[in-house]
Amino acid sequence: MAWVRRHLLFLAAVLVLAYMLVPNVVVAVFSFNDPVGRYNYTWRAFSLDAWANPCGAAGICQSLGLSLRVGLVASLTATVLGTMVAFALGRHRFRGRAGTNLLIFMPMATPEVVMGSSLLTLFLMMGLPAGTLAITIAHIMFCISFVVVAVKARVATLDPRLEEAAADLGATPLQTFLRVTFPLAFPGILAGALLAFSLSFDDYIITNFTASPSSVTFPMYVWGAAQRGAPVQVNVIGTLMFLVALLVVVAGQALAARRERSRAG
Amino acid sequence: MAEHGAGDLRLTGLTKRFGDFTAVHPLDLTIPRGSFFALLGPSGCGKTTTLRMVAGLEEPSGGTIHLGDTDVTGTRAHRRNVNTVFQSYALFPHMTVLDNVMFGLRRKGDKQAEAKAREALELVQLGQAGGRRPGQLSGGMQQRVALARALVNRPDVLLLDEPLGALDLKLRRQMQIELKRIQQEVGLTFVHVTHDQEEAMTMADHIAVMNAGRIEQLADPATLYEHPASTFVANFLGQSNLLRARVEGGARDGLVRANTEGQELLLAADSVPEGLTDLWVGVRPEKLTLGEAGGRNRLGGRVVDASFTGVATQYVVRTPWGADLVVVQQNDGSARATPGEDVTLSWEPGREFVLDAAQDDHAGLDEVAVDG
Ligand SMILES: Nc1ncnc2c1ncn2[C@@H]1O[C@H](COP(=O)(O)OP(=O)(O)OP(=O)(O)O)[C@@H](O)[C@H]1O
Ligand SMILES: [Mg+2]
Repeated sequence: MAWVRRHLLFLAAVLVLAYMLVPNVVVAVFSFNDPVGRYNYTWRAFSLDAWANPCGAAGICQSLGLSLRVGLVASLTATVLGTMVAFALGRHRFRGRAGTNLLIFMPMATPEVVMGSSLLTLFLMMGLPAGTLAITIAHIMFCISFVVVAVKARVATLDPRLEEAAADLGATPLQTFLRVTFPLAFPGILAGALLAFSLSFDDYIITNFTASPSSVTFPMYVWGAAQRGAPVQVNVIGTLMFLVALLVVVAGQALAARRERSRAG
Repeated sequence: MAEHGAGDLRLTGLTKRFGDFTAVHPLDLTIPRGSFFALLGPSGCGKTTTLRMVAGLEEPSGGTIHLGDTDVTGTRAHRRNVNTVFQSYALFPHMTVLDNVMFGLRRKGDKQAEAKAREALELVQLGQAGGRRPGQLSGGMQQRVALARALVNRPDVLLLDEPLGALDLKLRRQMQIELKRIQQEVGLTFVHVTHDQEEAMTMADHIAVMNAGRIEQLADPATLYEHPASTFVANFLGQSNLLRARVEGGARDGLVRANTEGQELLLAADSVPEGLTDLWVGVRPEKLTLGEAGGRNRLGGRVVDASFTGVATQYVVRTPWGADLVVVQQNDGSARATPGEDVTLSWEPGREFVLDAAQDDHAGLDEVAVDG
């Protein structure tokens, strides 16, 4: 009994972690399944077929490619625009600053269904056809808010004296930005960009409103596949994505730890 | 050296207002090229604001700044050949110490940037710290990096905002000597802001004493000490005994007769401004002598406190009318007075300074009261 009491915290942590990770484990395990029929819901036999041929299911890799392209363009554009907004909000006092701050939060607070349907109406009115371009524009829009929030938090911690010191030492405004401001704000910008990418890659509802039959993103493919029957390849790609995300997080932490050590050491 | 010092630094009517608060009142100041100029004053009197305007980091509300014949008032900071040692150091946290020091030279495309930077670090005794990050250094080390980073550029004007404030006494003295040596060798114009009056006195050719956004007095250290122009300067720079006195009669034999609390005083006529009858007569503690040997002016009193400091003894002597006078007596082997003893204080006419009695005799004593 004493042993349980002493290790209660540890046990609780293991349980919570298990609760969080079981879905990922199930996805990974079933990527090695060899199902009969259209559904990959019961374990039958071990097989590497899906891993050997991840694009084997019709349309899956096209949808993955589209999602990656949209995610890349949307997150890059949103990062550039959002970073500029964040600097303007964090650095300059201007009329309507409080109002702008509020408006930036709006897309984060609006339910996605509402935003998706409104966008569809807007695009129809403007004569913009549903499809890849519409999806990308929609993604850029909601990603900007998240980038702004991430970068603004970082900008708030920057000491404006550092930019003054750079100017004082003869750096032009551009040099000051490239050598001082940007490197110092970079962790926030990177966090914003990663967040934007994963939000874009992940989005289903807004995408669904703005997509055409020929622009099927990965989440849409999976959703459609789940209706018709899910190929094992979905699990393979899901597992790969989980591994990539894990790699990014671990690399980020290792980098942060190293910087911490060099700063404290 | 000829290529240095674009000329004198000339501030004309330089003003800075933040909203309705005037941080710097119209300021006229000429800082000769190649001189070591100190700006001295209590906290919040506008020293940093003045430097920031010279550096181009703060836009003046009025007035002009000239470097030699060039009007640089509207020139942006990165185009002025002026460098600053920031009060808060402002070192780049993401660069090594060496990269910090090289930053200015790199902007100018100096081929020997690294060698010069290493030399500058050597100078501030941080030769080993080049590869480290500012965050790994102590406050005093960071301050020396900031010093090296500005100094290495050999600008026309170097602005130093309390550059030695975080150093311990020994290092501070070393750095003072080092700074003075560099300034003289290279012939740069230094504008040195400090709280420390001793530092200002030992290092500077000229000192401007600032108070609440105005310059109270601008002079060389000796004049400032011997002939302060205001009670603020008298009290802020060293200790002063201020006696309220009234002139009685005109000058005779270069002396003016005055009266303080019924005691007759003789004052050097040339130190008493024409037409002034109500005066503060100021005498520095070391100008007073215990006993009658000091000179013709005599005041009686009782010792209320004596503190022995080694080279000297500092007494507080209370006059019959209740004023406390501070006396510093060299430890020359003569007998020391003890508290409770009745003594005479004396000094020779001419050792005093004279100010208008309309001024507040407590000005500059309580720095906090002067604030803002
Ligand atoms: N950006 C600003 N906005 C409003 N007031 C300011 C600003 N900068 C300085 N001040 C005010 O101007 C006055 C002078 O400030 P300054 O920093 O020049 O003082 P200082 O003499 O350098 O003081 P210290 O010795 O403490 O560094 C202060 O009262 C300060 O509050
Ligand atoms: Mg200051």
